[in-house]
Amino acid sequence: MKELFKLAVVYRFELGAILLFGIGFMNLLLQKNLIRKIIGFNVMDSSVFLFLASQGYIEGRIAPVLTNGSMQAATYVNPIPAGLVLTGIVVSVSVSAFFLALVQRLYLKYGTVEFDEIMLLAKKEAE
Amino acid sequence: MKNEWFRALVRWIDGEPAHDRRIRTPEGQRVRRARRAQRTGEQFSDQAAKRFAWGYRISAVVICLSIVCTLLYTVFQLPLFGAADSPANNEVVERYIEKGVEETGAVNFVTGMILDYRAFDTFGESSVLFLAVTSVLILLLRDKNNISEEEDLLTAHEFFIEREMQDLILQKVVAVVMPCILLFGIYVVLNGHISPGGGFSGGAIMGGGLILYGASFGILAVRRFFNRRTFTAITTAALLTYAASKAYSFFTGANGLETGIPLGTPGAILSSGLILVLDICVGAVVTCTMYGFYALFARGRL
Amino acid sequence: MTTVFELLLILSLVVCAVAASFSKRLLTAVVIYMAYSLVMTVIWALLQSPDLAITEAAVGAGVTGILFVLTLKKIHALKGTKDE
Repeated sequence: MKELFKLAVVYRFELGAILLFGIGFMNLLLQKNLIRKIIGFNVMDSSVFLFLASQGYIEGRIAPVLTNGSMQAATYVNPIPAGLVLTGIVVSVSVSAFFLALVQRLYLKYGTVEFDEIMLLAKKEAE
Repeated sequence: MKNEWFRALVRWIDGEPAHDRRIRTPEGQRVRRARRAQRTGEQFSDQAAKRFAWGYRISAVVICLSIVCTLLYTVFQLPLFGAADSPANNEVVERYIEKGVEETGAVNFVTGMILDYRAFDTFGESSVLFLAVTSVLILLLRDKNNISEEEDLLTAHEFFIEREMQDLILQKVVAVVMPCILLFGIYVVLNGHISPGGGFSGGAIMGGGLILYGASFGILAVRRFFNRRTFTAITTAALLTYAASKAYSFFTGANGLETGIPLGTPGAILSSGLILVLDICVGAVVTCTMYGFYALFARGRL
Repeated sequence: MTTVFELLLILSLVVCAVAASFSKRLLTAVVIYMAYSLVMTVIWALLQSPDLAITEAAVGAGVTGILFVLTLKKIHALKGTKDE
């Protein structure tokens, strides 16, 4: 039991990221309000970035900017996951903005932002 | 015939005929909401809908919990966090760091990587930004084709309120702070290859500064130097420059052609060849995108 | 010592995420999401990636929060103004 606890402390970032992924995913699926769904989606996105970027961290090394003229690969943190996550953060804000624009148009058409009511109104309109 | 097809497409995107637009006042809102709650209340007694709703919720919880448990089990099989011998640190990282300065000239290894070794990915990401702002433009733009009379009056009313009740403290503070924000954003963009930062961060900072200016002085004040034509010109010019510099690498097997721009001494601003130009392009696209989002959301027109 | 600090930050991330899903008003959820983004910025700085920290600070807590609040205004969900 104690080793499990110590292992959980070693893997703290990955475990936190997966917990957040679960919370965000539950929000995305189960909340009725569309805005809360979008917040859940953003939390999910951030958790995936946390997981990715924490794979690049190496103990005792520094940020990947040239310092003291040292060009050994053994003084710097792995820069590749950080580059990937940089792209991801910007894509995440773009998708959120698109979702929010869609929510505004839905509100203009149906007058509500609750998911159940929109489904019922859409079904009635389809008949 | 082409005009008819185009008009049908615009009508389909809009979703409803233009004369059916209703203004939602708060009181009418409440009355409508109460009536709708009544209607949906009696319809939720539909057995099939209730069963579907419960089945959906239970299966959602089951799926989510199973995914999370699988991932939690997988985490303990990962290599230890922070270990130096994990398979993610292979010879690619060594090549990027050891030959990074002499091949790209950038002192910041992350910028050198995303704007020289992997410049095509950054191009894809700038395109995603452009695509997002175009989609939001399609959804939210209010020009003379899809605005009704009452909405015109409403927006004029809001304009009038915005002009009359401007916040004095906010304006005085922003008049001092905004040049510093823009200067800092330009500094971060230009120094992307020397210190942490780069095109995205600097562009987001500049976009934030423009949003602050637009929020405190009104959109008309920003329109004096940043309107739809400027926006289109800057974004298309920046993206085309980026495409001309790096998009052919798809065909030459990810080897860039020699540009003839000297690499310079690492650590100076005018160094590292094409990275400075690409940084400025990416910064311009991100700035215009962030401000474009704000303008479209707040006012409905750029 | 850094481990304890990192554990505290991750715990506050989880608390923020849970609080944002259980709040009653939408504006509260958006503000809690902005706080979540800010704690994420500190975590990026601790993981030795300053580029990510600057970008997340400007984009997560700044632009996304603004867009959320603007949408809330358009769907008339802000209490205290004459919208609700």
